[in-house]
Amino acid sequence: MTAETTPESNRRWRETKSALVSAACWVCALIVMTPLALVLFHLLRLGASSLDWTFFTQLPKPVGETGGGMANAIVGSFVLVGLAAAIGVPIGVLGGIYLAEYGSGRVNFMVRFAADILNGTPSIVWGIVVYALVVIPMKGASAYAGGLALGFMMIPLIIRTTEEMLTLVPQSHREAALALGIPRWKFIVHIALKTARKGILTGVLLAAARVAGETAPLLFTTPGNHFWSRSLSEPIASLPVQIYVNAIGPYDEWHRQAWAGALVLLFMALAVNVGARLITGRNNPPAIH
Amino acid sequence: MNAAAETDIRSAKVSFAPPNRAADAAFRFLTWLMAMMVVALVGLVGWKLFQGSRLSIQKFGLGFFVHSNWDPVNGDFGAAPFIFGTFVSSLLGLLMAMPLSLGTAIFLTELSPSWLRQPAITLIEMLAAVPSVILGLWGIFVMVPWLRDHPYHWLNSALGFLPLFQGPVYGVGILSAAVIIAIMIIPIITSISREVFRTVPQSQREAAFALGATRWEVTRLAVLRHSVRGIFGAGMLGLGRALGETMAVTMVIGNRPEISKSLFAPGYTLASAIANEFAEAASDLHSSALFELGLALLLVTIATNILAHLLIGAVGAPTRGQ
Amino acid sequence: MLTLAGPGWVEAQLLINGAGATFPYPIYSKWFDEYSKVDPSVHFNYQSIGSGGGQREILEGTVDFGASDGPMSDQNLARAPGRILHIPTLAGADAVTYNLEGNPVLHFDGPLIADIFMGKITRWNDARIAVLNPGVPLPAEDIVVVHRSDGSGTTYILADYLSNVSPEWAKQVGRGTSIKWRTGLGAKGNEGATGQIKQIPGAIGYVELIYAIQNNLPCASVKNASGNFVAPSMASINAALTGAAVPDDFRFSIVNARDSQAYPIAGATWLLVYAKQADSAKGRKLVEFLRWAMSQGEQIAPTLNYVPLPRELVQRVGREIDEIRY
Repeated sequence: MTAETTPESNRRWRETKSALVSAACWVCALIVMTPLALVLFHLLRLGASSLDWTFFTQLPKPVGETGGGMANAIVGSFVLVGLAAAIGVPIGVLGGIYLAEYGSGRVNFMVRFAADILNGTPSIVWGIVVYALVVIPMKGASAYAGGLALGFMMIPLIIRTTEEMLTLVPQSHREAALALGIPRWKFIVHIALKTARKGILTGVLLAAARVAGETAPLLFTTPGNHFWSRSLSEPIASLPVQIYVNAIGPYDEWHRQAWAGALVLLFMALAVNVGARLITGRNNPPAIH
Repeated sequence: MNAAAETDIRSAKVSFAPPNRAADAAFRFLTWLMAMMVVALVGLVGWKLFQGSRLSIQKFGLGFFVHSNWDPVNGDFGAAPFIFGTFVSSLLGLLMAMPLSLGTAIFLTELSPSWLRQPAITLIEMLAAVPSVILGLWGIFVMVPWLRDHPYHWLNSALGFLPLFQGPVYGVGILSAAVIIAIMIIPIITSISREVFRTVPQSQREAAFALGATRWEVTRLAVLRHSVRGIFGAGMLGLGRALGETMAVTMVIGNRPEISKSLFAPGYTLASAIANEFAEAASDLHSSALFELGLALLLVTIATNILAHLLIGAVGAPTRGQ
Repeated sequence: MLTLAGPGWVEAQLLINGAGATFPYPIYSKWFDEYSKVDPSVHFNYQSIGSGGGQREILEGTVDFGASDGPMSDQNLARAPGRILHIPTLAGADAVTYNLEGNPVLHFDGPLIADIFMGKITRWNDARIAVLNPGVPLPAEDIVVVHRSDGSGTTYILADYLSNVSPEWAKQVGRGTSIKWRTGLGAKGNEGATGQIKQIPGAIGYVELIYAIQNNLPCASVKNASGNFVAPSMASINAALTGAAVPDDFRFSIVNARDSQAYPIAGATWLLVYAKQADSAKGRKLVEFLRWAMSQGEQIAPTLNYVPLPRELVQRVGREIDEIRY
């Protein structure tokens, strides 16, 4: 015994230590929530005033002039996400069905491993891959190329949530369908998917929100368009790229519109995320990491 | 079976015709095909990157990764400054994020009153939903000027004798990139850590309480001690995310391909270099070198993620519902 | 598919894509906007990604025309699948601009600029700056060099000039759209460079004149070949342009010009176009635009402080445009 510690003083020291650590953890939580609060605050302060009719309906003005808007970028983002979903949803959902309903140990491991690799692929890498794959042969940037890059990014997200949601369908359902002589594929399409549809839809929405905010894959595949795109084989404007270009430029006018665009984009992303929680009604919506 | 499930089966459009083997086989094949496309996509990504890098690999070989000159005019390329920048900013970001994430995860699982828990979780996960470019925008105009005029200025004057804090303070630079990376990876580390903590059975905590442990001791003995691997895994997952971060980092790192001792110096990451230079790589060799950077980035990210999954054990199948 | 017709939204039949230099981006974007009113059936979509990008994309055929303020090298021209024409459109200036309290107009000479951008002079109150600027209060602050991180014709013009006036620069750095910088921050495009300079106190960089003007940044007066300190302006750029020897392929340089009133860091900018156009409809529209640019376009140029080409040169360019086949 080195010091004269009584059980009581020892207890007090331990309690103090515990209280300090708890306080530190509270502080950590507060610190962690601050950046989001700050970002929201600044976006609202600097961007809300620019959200007028002009912003939502007009095309960008020539360099150095004031006015104009991001109408084509907003519509372009929706178009790109639509294209992405056209690729991501079929492959993701059907692939997820395979994993949950038909697949076996080794094959499933390989597919899941591949999906994890795709999930971890940096977004800029998708950009240069799709550039080499589509932009060069097609001799030009296009909405197709941008949509493809985003679609590739959606696949691993959707396949994972689909598999997760389908495995939650009770085994008893499958057994009952078997007993009734219902063909496997009919069971999957009419029963399992129906049961899991809320979760799968949520997964799709979350994936869509995630890729809607991506900039890097679009930099080389559809760097922008100052006008409305009349066809999908032309480059198309998008909100994240427009925000980026405006942010790194010098004109205050551009910055003003960047804040407004960021507010719109963030609002949409948060709305989908909150909506996802409401749809599933669970505390843990499908994890999109 | 619950009522909802019974209704589903009854309302399902089924016929009592003999099972159509062909339709079943076709559907199964279709889903199998889609699953295989995922695997094929990995191959495609790898192949395109190799194809693009071939020229550079042939010319520079393995020395590419330790060579620190990036000279488009003379066709001399080396990835060392980008590898340095990527790792330093990511690791520094991880260093800043880990304690904050752990503290927050402990708060959420052990300390938070139940009415606060869900709103707090929602708030923190909303941060993960913020697109990178928006954080970059906020970074350029709000975070960096504030950092430059306050903490950096203080660090530079008070601790400027250390090589870490020497040199001109631009605001943009490695340290700012690290801070933004930290902000971006905190949600994922917190979320995974939370899940890891939740797998510890409540009985463990109760046993520790019963033995007279304080709150902190309960957490330390019952929860943390068994979660070390998972925490490491969470950190690795965060690192994997950090390595591939492009937009926010490009906007605040200063874009200088150089290795420097000071945290205030501008730097360059693999992702930023590609983002800035790819659209206009003047020569085939330049463009090939950038592809090789992309390949390096992909391989490093994959390795980190594999390590993370081994630590967390999350490659397994989700458990079947009952 | 996306036929979004509405009040004021005209549906064009044709979209022509171009990319390249950020140096002329303000005037090009104005030109394309004006031209869409002249001929509503075609839209020109120009992405300002830097001269390096313009050269690359026209070589790969991913755009219908490129734009660059650094002329394409013989090597690159040889690699092209067809003959590429350099069509000069305007002249502008690399303004040496900086972020200092009070926006003073500083005097620099060539070797001084070279040493600043090579990182040899690191403080604003350095003796060599002070000696050229007596009476101007220079702060004891670090000089933050801002250069281009992308392939840039603006960089080319500066590097061309510095190679002419500083033997050390010529030896150690040289000319090019992407050069190896010893010091400073990289920024994307003239837009990004101007943005950085505006954001960072003590920064110095080189941007096309109109960017500095539109963002209220001061421009240095630079010592020209005749020994006069000249500020960048339409008059001084014009002085650099007169008497320039323009070869048949139209790749010419006007840095460090002879004229006593010439601004030494001036340069021309080109549109890069294939002599044989692949798409006939696009080729026709492109040629129509080029003719408009050489007449009406040139008249609008001075509103943004760009200098139109001298009349004889415009006539020669007209004959060059005649060579385009579609």
